[in-house]
Amino acid sequence: MKRRPATFRKLTNRLVVGLSGGAALLGLFFLGWILMGVILRGISALSPDFFTKLPTPPGVPGGGLVNAIVGTLLITLAAVLLGVPLGILGGIYLSEFGEHSRVAATVRFAANVLMGTPSIIVGVFIYAIIVFPTGHFSGYAGAVSLAVIMLPVVVRTTEDMLRLVPNTLRESALALGAPRWKVTFQVVFRAAKSGLLTGVLLAVARVSGETAPLLFTALNSPYWVKSLSGPTANLTVTIFNYAMSPYRDWQRQAWGASLLIMVGVLLATLLGRRVLKEKKRK
Amino acid sequence: MSPVIKPLYFDSADKRGFRNEVSIEKPGNRPGNEEPRHGDQAKDSLAPKISVRHLDFFYGDFQALKDNTLDIYDKKVTAIIGPSGCGKSTHIRVYNRIYDLYREQRASGEIRMDGENILSPGYDLIELRRRVGMIFQKPTPFPMSIKDNVTYGLKMHYKMSRSKMMERVEWALKQAALWDEVKEDLDRPATALSGGQQQRLCIARAIAVEPEILLMDEPTSAIDPIATSKIEDLVVNLKDRFTIVIVTHNMQQAARISDFTAFFYRGVIVEYGETEKIFTKPAKKQTEEYITGRFG
Repeated sequence: MKRRPATFRKLTNRLVVGLSGGAALLGLFFLGWILMGVILRGISALSPDFFTKLPTPPGVPGGGLVNAIVGTLLITLAAVLLGVPLGILGGIYLSEFGEHSRVAATVRFAANVLMGTPSIIVGVFIYAIIVFPTGHFSGYAGAVSLAVIMLPVVVRTTEDMLRLVPNTLRESALALGAPRWKVTFQVVFRAAKSGLLTGVLLAVARVSGETAPLLFTALNSPYWVKSLSGPTANLTVTIFNYAMSPYRDWQRQAWGASLLIMVGVLLATLLGRRVLKEKKRK
Repeated sequence: MSPVIKPLYFDSADKRGFRNEVSIEKPGNRPGNEEPRHGDQAKDSLAPKISVRHLDFFYGDFQALKDNTLDIYDKKVTAIIGPSGCGKSTHIRVYNRIYDLYREQRASGEIRMDGENILSPGYDLIELRRRVGMIFQKPTPFPMSIKDNVTYGLKMHYKMSRSKMMERVEWALKQAALWDEVKEDLDRPATALSGGQQQRLCIARAIAVEPEILLMDEPTSAIDPIATSKIEDLVVNLKDRFTIVIVTHNMQQAARISDFTAFFYRGVIVEYGETEKIFTKPAKKQTEEYITGRFG
């Protein structure tokens, strides 16, 4: 038998390693670039005033975005309260009860489609069913639109995480005489706890940067957040408005707000990963 | 040896929101209960606890059990042996209807437990599973503390004070020969125990609810030899209180601990009888070939 020289294989190997490594580096490079840009320009805007004062008209020095920070937190919280329980229940149905039924297959398909739906469409949809009939923009409408975006993410991660729980665990709880709902909430849930929490955190991270749906629903406001029933200040729409404005200090605050959101998302993601890791160590 | 702890209170089925068409316990229906036990020679006290008649079982279109008929005797250890895939586990999984979890699995025929057919559609599964405990091949501790594992079934079926509950936990863990190893730290997560300890915890958890029958599905196949011998001792000790059915791949194990043995092959019960007879003078050639290791 004639030996085939290995040089060509080695060369191909090096080429593939080089290409894939290069692609990874390219992604990292742009991420680093964006991060550096936002940090360098945003850090100077993050003064104590930024976190404590209301916005000022252009040209008036000082002022901050406290109303937008509070508004974003409130809208996100309301979205979590709305979207997470619904999403977790949906995920339970898919994993524990519906499983192979036609209803479950349809719901799963719908969730996948919804997950890929551009968020601006969700915004316009909520505009049509809430903002237009009620006659005004509102923080609640914003929360609903974010909840709609969260829903499929929570449904699918819940289903996936519950499916990871081995069936023998369900069987042993059932074999002790536990009814199905107790098995789900007391045993399966506990076993999947950290996975579920990760799913929720990732969903929060996902929606906290959304702008388009809020543009059509919560809009924005220069005033203090008194309730979510009127137009509500929030960071992302503020970034959109301020970044497009011709005023230097507004633009600077937009950078600050961007940095704040990026740090927030980063923290949520890190926390999510941390929880997942802790589970593995056990 | 062990204190007899009577169930204090049966949670009424209606309170739990479940229909209950079956009476919970009929002392008169447990023959052999009061009679003194003198080892295995007390032949006249043999009473069937479970009577299986013409049991067929299907996984979708595949028939895994064919016309199984046998009696499981009260307060005895019955071993089920046979080559892999012959339906041993499938057979005992019908006794507590755990297969109900899967929509494509179904059983037909009759299984009478104290006279009532557990396969009838209206049978209360919650109560059935209190009466019929199960141990699985792989230890399945719940992701909670050792104590909470043992009290899981207990709290579900009985109402009792905290101190009674702890007595019961201690009793169950002692019965499972685990108490001395865990008594210092009952709040430790159960998943931190070793495999053999986890399996004994599962046994404690199962016997805590005071079942009448204990099903063991290859309980030692995932466990080291020392833990295995502990569990074998346990089985022998537990048969004073429980009727035990154990599926095993290990023929020495079946010979050591069981009173009766059923040999399964391809979903059919080839031979069933006293363990001693099966292992010394099997009636069927197939049984002989299997136990002498010529096939399987």
